[in-house]
Amino acid sequence: MFSNQERIDRIIGILIDSFFPILKAGIQFTIPLTIITFVLGLILALLIALARLSSVKVLIVLAKFYVWIFRGTPLLVQIFILFYGLPSFGITLDPFPAAVIAFTLNKGAYSSEIIRAAILSIPKGQWEAAFSIGMTKSQAMRRIIIPQSIRVTLPPLGNSFISLVKDTSLAATITVTELFQKGQQIASVTYEPLWIYIEVAFIYLIFSTVLSYFQEKLELRYDKGIAK
Amino acid sequence: MIQISNLHKWFDQLEVLKGIDLLIPRGETAVIIGPSGSGKTTLLRCLNLLEIPTQGTIELGNKSIHFDKSTKLTSTEIVSFRKSTGMVFQGYNLFPHLTALENIIEGQIIVLKKTKAEAEKKARALLEKVGLGDRADMYPHQLSGGQQQRVGIARAMAMEPEVLLFDEPTSALDPELVGEVLKVIKDLAKENMTQVIVTHEMNFAREVADQVIFMDQGVVVEKGTPSEIFQNTKNQRTLQFLNKVAER
Repeated sequence: MFSNQERIDRIIGILIDSFFPILKAGIQFTIPLTIITFVLGLILALLIALARLSSVKVLIVLAKFYVWIFRGTPLLVQIFILFYGLPSFGITLDPFPAAVIAFTLNKGAYSSEIIRAAILSIPKGQWEAAFSIGMTKSQAMRRIIIPQSIRVTLPPLGNSFISLVKDTSLAATITVTELFQKGQQIASVTYEPLWIYIEVAFIYLIFSTVLSYFQEKLELRYDKGIAK
Repeated sequence: MIQISNLHKWFDQLEVLKGIDLLIPRGETAVIIGPSGSGKTTLLRCLNLLEIPTQGTIELGNKSIHFDKSTKLTSTEIVSFRKSTGMVFQGYNLFPHLTALENIIEGQIIVLKKTKAEAEKKARALLEKVGLGDRADMYPHQLSGGQQQRVGIARAMAMEPEVLLFDEPTSALDPELVGEVLKVIKDLAKENMTQVIVTHEMNFAREVADQVIFMDQGVVVEKGTPSEIFQNTKNQRTLQFLNKVAER
């Protein structure tokens, strides 16, 4: 058997050797997956929120139905249906696009509720002031209500962004070699799951910390015009 | 000129306006007084269609809208009518994410399609006029209530409305700030801006009004010159209200 000193040296060696491959997987897949799905998810979420707040009955029902489905079922199941289920309809998706689509659809449902709540939080007087200077409903929404809503959405959207960074690890289950998947591969050849997964956790922590920092910056930027 | 004929407004089962007839000639200032719940704010909000009247006719300048149960106004009709009116709110309702100057520019660019330079020139002139030329780049929360309300007046003026509507413009203000807002309104009256003002400031009403309108329980009880209403009224309900207000 190894002596204690040898074992420590071995673990340190493995951690150093695996750090950059795991980090690289994070930069290559986790970060792009997070950013692409977050942006697409936000666009989708805004459309759903506007549909939900419109006065067109069909749009309201469709938006509600959408949120109901995607909030009420596990993300993992949604990913599996898209990747493993759709081929039976002759639709075969590559792992990365499948992950992007699944995460976007899921995030869109959650973020739409954040955006809807933010829009509803703007006092009625703001709508009336906008109407009183002759704005239409869509002008008021675009120029007066949404700019004020952005500030309200930042803390919850920041939360959901950071949880997305971590949720992307589910993409490992459909063979996307993102951060977690890379860690799994290395753990299975080195037989050091404890240390490798702690390293994986640490790298996720770095990503979330950097992103929280940007979130704070953004919140400060949108704080202008608000009494402290 | 504003002419209101037989205007009714129902909220569900509640009739808030019960057939209002009014004529406010161009360039005059009309002040609406009355106890709370009398329908005066609703009447004002009907004039710029923030509330859609249930029945009756409103004529404003060369525009005229008749309302009845079958009336379905398109948003274009509503917006076009609203453009002839400007509104000053009790709670100011300035846009908090925009500076004083931007508050006044916004509608000119988005609604009137003016260029940024034109809009800014007009906005600066209006800020000067309401005595806030040096506050252009401040956000609403950096201004006092009286200053915010004066920006609100400038914002409404920027749209060059045919009539300015004031919904209790000084009710939310600290007493020492009321004067600065009333002065702006008085100046506008002198320049023959057509104005309709809902207020509880009786002294101000006496001073500025060409016509005083006393409303109670959804009807116009009495209307006339300030001296007809404040000094010489024979109407019991008017007297009762004025005495109550004087006691405060």
